[in-house]
Amino acid sequence: MFLEIKDLSVKIENKNILNGLNLNINKGEVHAIMGPNGCGKSTLANVLAGKEDYEILNGKINFKDNDLFDLNIEERAQEGMFLAFQYPVEIPGVNITPFLHSAINSKRKRMNEEEIDNLSFAKLLKSKASDLGINIDMLKRSVNTGFSGGEKKRYEILQMSILNPDLAILDETDSGLDIDALKIVTDGVNKLKTKDNSFLIITHYQKLLDYIKPDYVHVMVNGSIVKSGGSEIAAEIEKDGFQKFQ
Amino acid sequence: MNSETLNTLDSYSKNKYKYGFVTDIDNEKPKKGLNEDTIKFISLKKKEPDWMLEWRLKAFSKWKKMKEPKWANLNFPEIDYQDIYYYSAPKGFEKKPKDLSEVDPKLIETYNKLGIPLEEQKVLAGVAVDVVFDSVSVATTYKGELEKLGIIFCSIGEAIQKHSDLIKKYLGSVIPAGDHSFSALNSAVFTDGSFVYIPEGVKCPMELSTYFRINAENTGQFERTLIIADKGSYVSYLEGCTAPKRDDNQLHAANVELIALEDAEIKYSTVQNWYPGDEDGKGGIYNFVTKRGLCAGKNSKISWTQVETGSAITWKYPSCILKGDNSIGEFYSVAITNNFQQADTGTKMTHIGKNTKSKIISKGISLGNSQNTYRGEVSFLRKADKARNYTQCDSLLVGNKCGAHTVPYIDSKNNTAVIEHEASTSKINEDQLYYCRQRGLSHEEAVSLIVNGFCKQVLQELPMEFAVEAQKLVSISLEGSVG
Repeated sequence: MFLEIKDLSVKIENKNILNGLNLNINKGEVHAIMGPNGCGKSTLANVLAGKEDYEILNGKINFKDNDLFDLNIEERAQEGMFLAFQYPVEIPGVNITPFLHSAINSKRKRMNEEEIDNLSFAKLLKSKASDLGINIDMLKRSVNTGFSGGEKKRYEILQMSILNPDLAILDETDSGLDIDALKIVTDGVNKLKTKDNSFLIITHYQKLLDYIKPDYVHVMVNGSIVKSGGSEIAAEIEKDGFQKFQ
Repeated sequence: MNSETLNTLDSYSKNKYKYGFVTDIDNEKPKKGLNEDTIKFISLKKKEPDWMLEWRLKAFSKWKKMKEPKWANLNFPEIDYQDIYYYSAPKGFEKKPKDLSEVDPKLIETYNKLGIPLEEQKVLAGVAVDVVFDSVSVATTYKGELEKLGIIFCSIGEAIQKHSDLIKKYLGSVIPAGDHSFSALNSAVFTDGSFVYIPEGVKCPMELSTYFRINAENTGQFERTLIIADKGSYVSYLEGCTAPKRDDNQLHAANVELIALEDAEIKYSTVQNWYPGDEDGKGGIYNFVTKRGLCAGKNSKISWTQVETGSAITWKYPSCILKGDNSIGEFYSVAITNNFQQADTGTKMTHIGKNTKSKIISKGISLGNSQNTYRGEVSFLRKADKARNYTQCDSLLVGNKCGAHTVPYIDSKNNTAVIEHEASTSKINEDQLYYCRQRGLSHEEAVSLIVNGFCKQVLQELPMEFAVEAQKLVSISLEGSVG
């Protein structure tokens, strides 16, 4: 199994957020999680990425034959987990080029691969940026600093395509995007998809799933998955909302 | 702040200062203590003319009547001036060696270890270096090449003997001996330092640099630097400093004077990495430095850039007196304090001439139990019509036991002056760390990246050759392999 979440319960500040959640993802699969606000979708993304604010009450997560809880945030990233943030944070004064260059090399180091040199990296970054319709001038700016919401999301996808993760988690990447930006972002995801990597797409709306076709759709309510199936579920939610699952 | 961050911060403070070694070399010292005999000893050792000795003794008599300035936000025990050696030179330094074959191999080895090879072919291309070991200058590189342009770059001791006209005219002209007790002390007992004169219309083609090293125990280093840029000339100058690790505190009280005549520009950069003391606050250099530049002529410019990472105590305010009309003063500073370090640093911009402009960018980063203060004074005198100042002070706190303080004074006697002041204090942001780590960077890499980003505005002012070094030094100061 590629990613296996078993009976996961999590709390933060005395509030239970995830309650006995189960989810299995195989290589090459695209999964979508849909659910109303506050159901725990983002918590799940952050627990997978290793954010330290949560208390794990119960459960196990296996990722590529590792006990995920044995790995810290950066080790998980180096193992090929990528989280596209809902609200990417600004880092003033830090240019994207050295930032991503260090990131890709720390991953390569862990995988015992040769580090990529400056020049090859600059080329890679440029070509990926132009694939995503990102202006070269944007690469000269500091990470996320002064970016619009749409620019930030595109930037996340650029980073994802450079780091080429085994498991990409997209946390409400569609929120705040207009239709053109949404298309650029989803095109990026579709280009990246192969039979060897997997996607976990967290979304509130069904619209994103018009552009990225999931193999499985899960409905999440009150911290656990209440229904799983194919894309017909998304249509059901579009029609009736989350009410009937609660 | 979560526990992992605290753990990492803890590991940062387990400092290893990689320049902390001692060179085992015989040295020559007078008796401990400060009195007229000590000053006569220094003057004699330096083979100074009588007028110089008199100058020193006058300063000493002023010092005796003065008290240390106490307004800084610094705590340290009383300095016992009678328990310090005021001069220390490797034996056999009666005369400065003519070339490297005359220099003790141990000294050459010391500088190789510090990453400052003295052989010219190995020296950074385009950088001339004057090297000061305790109280004496041991080598000045690229001298011949500079002489062809009429540039004088030598030790201050040599300048007193060979260029007495310039010394008599300018020494103490910007920082009078009686300015305060540390300037009086320095004027009385200064031992070595660099002297630079750039003739009219000459743009100095390479970076000039001085490297200061304190080696001997219980020894104060009192260097004196004087830079004169004649009309229409330009020079960029850089100083670096290190000292061995010792449990006792050592005193360093330097004076640096800059004079820029009409249309001249001086860029002065410092990378200060004196031994900061250990993680319990034991040992380290007391760094009481007076740096002042005079923009004497019209359209002149003086720019100070400093990266302060070392010293147990830093007391330092590189300042500009903007006398010439349209003259410009700049101050760019990064001060990082860790463990029990204390820094009280900033600048003074005194606007005298019309249309004078000054700019202050200060970035303070506090870690561990340290205290970091920005102190600045911007004043506009009556005739400073349409003068302007822009000040930006940002403080970054890493951890929750350190402190950041901002003390800006503004004094305007001219109502056409324009003053802008911005200040911010922030804590290192957990979301930024999380973001970086999610991309695969380690916690330490992430902190270093964020702090370097925070300092970027200042670091980019450094000469290219040193910007990368300074960036590394910033990272290392956080990591703990250097203070």
